[in-house]
Formats: sequence, C-alpha cells, structure tokens
Amino acid sequence: MTFNVKNIISIADLADKDILTILDRADKMERLARGGKQSRLLEGRILATLFYEPSTRTRLSFESAMLRLGGSTVSVAQVGSSSVAKGESLADTIRTVESYSDIIVLRHPQEGAAQWAAEVASVPIINAGDGAGRHPTQTLLDLATIRKSQGKLEGLNVAVLGDLRFGRTVHSLSYAITRFTDKLYCVAPEGLELPPEIVMDLQGQDKEVIQTGDLQGILPNLDVLYVTRIQKERFPSPADYERVRGQYVIDLSLLEHAKPTLDILHPLPRVDEIAPAVDKTPHARYFTQVFNGLVVRMAVLDLLMEAQKA
Amino acid sequence: MTPKASEGSRELSVQKIKDGTVIDHISAGYALAVLQILGITGREGDILLVAMNMHSKRLDKKDLIKIEGRELTTEEINRIALVAPKATINIIRSFKVHHKQRIKIPDEIEGIVNCANPSCITNNERGITSSFTVTQRNPVTLRCTYCKQITSHNQIIDQLLGKS
Repeated sequence: MTFNVKNIISIADLADKDILTILDRADKMERLARGGKQSRLLEGRILATLFYEPSTRTRLSFESAMLRLGGSTVSVAQVGSSSVAKGESLADTIRTVESYSDIIVLRHPQEGAAQWAAEVASVPIINAGDGAGRHPTQTLLDLATIRKSQGKLEGLNVAVLGDLRFGRTVHSLSYAITRFTDKLYCVAPEGLELPPEIVMDLQGQDKEVIQTGDLQGILPNLDVLYVTRIQKERFPSPADYERVRGQYVIDLSLLEHAKPTLDILHPLPRVDEIAPAVDKTPHARYFTQVFNGLVVRMAVLDLLMEAQKA
Repeated sequence: MTPKASEGSRELSVQKIKDGTVIDHISAGYALAVLQILGITGREGDILLVAMNMHSKRLDKKDLIKIEGRELTTEEINRIALVAPKATINIIRSFKVHHKQRIKIPDEIEGIVNCANPSCITNNERGITSSFTVTQRNPVTLRCTYCKQITSHNQIIDQLLGKS
C-alpha cells in the first residue's frame, strides 16, 4: 500500500488506510524493537529531536526507535539555553535544524506549532505534542495496542474514563477509535466531561456518545477501558478532588464485572486511578502501550523516510 | 440629511448620493459596527446616511449605509463580510450604480482577524499570518488552520471593533 504522507501532524490528517499502514508496519517492527540483530533500514539518516517542553517517554522512545533502525539522533539538550532563549523564531530554528537532520520530531507549547514547522521545513516533521493540541503518535500507539490485543479495531465497545475535558490523548483517541466503531462510552466527573464540540463532531458522524457516571453498569459490555489521570489542580478544592477521585479507581473488585478479554489502557504516568494489583491481571495493557510506542514510532520513521525517497 | 418619511406611507426614502458606496443588506443592528470597522466617525465632513432595522424582503430586517466620496477597497469589503455576510455593495458614480458587488465569504480567510486562542502559534510567532477555514457563514465562524480552534462571531466582531 502506498504511503504518501509527508508529515505526521495530526491524526485527523491521516486517512484510515494510512493509519492501518502504520499499524501493519509497526507489527513488523516488533522483532527489531526487541533488540538483537541491528537493523540498517535508516542507516546514515539523522533524527533531530527538538523538545521545547520536558518529556521522558516520548523523546526516549523516538530516539530509541531511530537507533533501533540503524539511524542516529541529534538533539537540543535544553531548548531554554539555545538560540530560542535569544528570541529566535520557531521557523528559523527549524530551518537551521533541518540542515543537520533528515527528519525532525517537535514538541512545542503552542498549538499549531507542528503544522507551522511543517510549512517551513523541507524535511518531514513529526508532532510530538503541541500545547493542549495534538499528539498523534500517542493515538497511533493506543490504536496499535487495542488492535494487537483485540485482533481488530472495528465494532469494539470502548470507554474513555477520567479527565475527558483537558486530556489531549483522550480527544485524539475519541476521534480516531470512532472511525472504526459506532459508539463511545464516556465516564467523567462533573465538569471534566468530553468537550461539547467533540461530542457534536462525533454525533455529526452518526456516532453514539454514551455519557454516564455508572462505570460498573457499563463495564460488562466493554472491550477496552481507556483510563486517564484526574489532575488535582482541575478542582476548586482538595475536598472536591478527594470526593471524585475515589469514584473511578479501577481495582480487582470492580474488574469482577468485566469481560475476561477487557483491555485497560492508560497513557501514563498514573497516580492512583488504577490499583497496582491490576498490573498483574491480563487486563493491564499500559506497559504494553509503552513498548508499542516504540514500534509505532519505528514504523512512522521508516514510512516517512520511505515516502520521501519515493 | 435625514431620511424623509413619505406621507401616508410607512416607507422611508433615503437620499441618493452622487459618488461613493452604498452598503445594503447589512444584518440588522450591525451598521454601527460596519462604520467602526471602516473607521468612519461621521466627522469626515462627507454625507453619511445610516438606516437601521429597516424592513427587508430578503432579511426581514436590515441596516443600510450610504457613504459619499468613498469607494470601498476589496480588503475593506472582506472585513465587512465577516460582520455582515449578506451585505451588498453598490459603487455609485454620478448618482448611478456603477457596479454592484454581493459579498461572498471565501472558504478560507487569511489575516484580517487573529485566532482567538492565545496559545495558538499564530499569536506567538513572527512572520506567520493567521489562516482560517470558514465553518459557518451566517453568522461567520472560523476554524484556525493551525490550532483548529474556533473563533466565534462575537470574537470576530470584538477584534474588528478593537475591543480585544
């Protein structure tokens, strides 16, 4: 299948077939991702990581992906101490960094930064998060995890749980998963519900959005439960936070109501929304997600470089 | 130069201008906003006729502006389009309509207004022009090409009127 994508800016820019091509390529990357034989697929290619905001997993994951494929990486150790601190524009920074690299991964605090970077760059840009906006490789790894575990994406009963208002991973996943399913269950504390414009968008695409506070009630139907952290700072008082927090803790007693094949995902880091005892159950997929982050990023790097050659 | 009410009729007849622009079919209540966008204060000394909340077959109610001595530029017409998407522009020369122009809102808009999202890259980076797709035409609502957030009709008007 041809992959004519130049940049990965937003999941919305990718056609279903592009998403599936990435997931298929990710499956093929698994063996290489586990180490052992050194791949030479991207030998001689250089990845630049340009992170204006701190990140541990995403940055390491991209750098590791490039190294596993035989490429090299360069990065700005601290953007704050670079030319940016002297007031350099993003466009100028991108034009400079592209001279040193074949592909750029960018994380930036401002929404739309990755798209702007893609407009000025001649090398592919991968968005690793732009403000409260998009983080497409996170969504791709979520989809890869679901597909690998459930064997398909179509027709699954998926619920998103937690802070659905501010969590960018949940917004992106809600749009992405409903390309393959007809409905989405949403469980959120009052005030942290999925933004109405997203609900309207999904309903406009004839998707059923089921908003409920009754997690136990819907649990027996679910194939996938995507849990996100509820942040303390979103609440007016610590008491409000404590009141809500307990309602949505996933523990072994709750999971007695679940299908044996239920997958629990979480973008991590978690605080206490999933009890550690759940880690040992076959439901826990959040550490698999971390590994899938690596294979998906290997797939994306490989496909973008391949598309550029074509 | 006040509009004359013809006797026995509820119609208002509004005086003709010699050279200038007539902006008709402005959404009711927006004439003063259009004047502010054009920077017209009424102190310029030229004839300026403003009629508001007039009966209209097409819009039910409408506003109308006649400006003597000024032909609007395309850029000015585009700015008006965001506030009064159904307006028609008549360029008047020697008391006659020289040409008529119905405002047409393009599918995409560049510049004119800023994205309402303060953390959008377009509000923080030098050398980048705001860019939108029009998601709704009446009233006009814009979606930023970069951050994808919506700039509402009220936010557009506030910006054009210099309130934000």
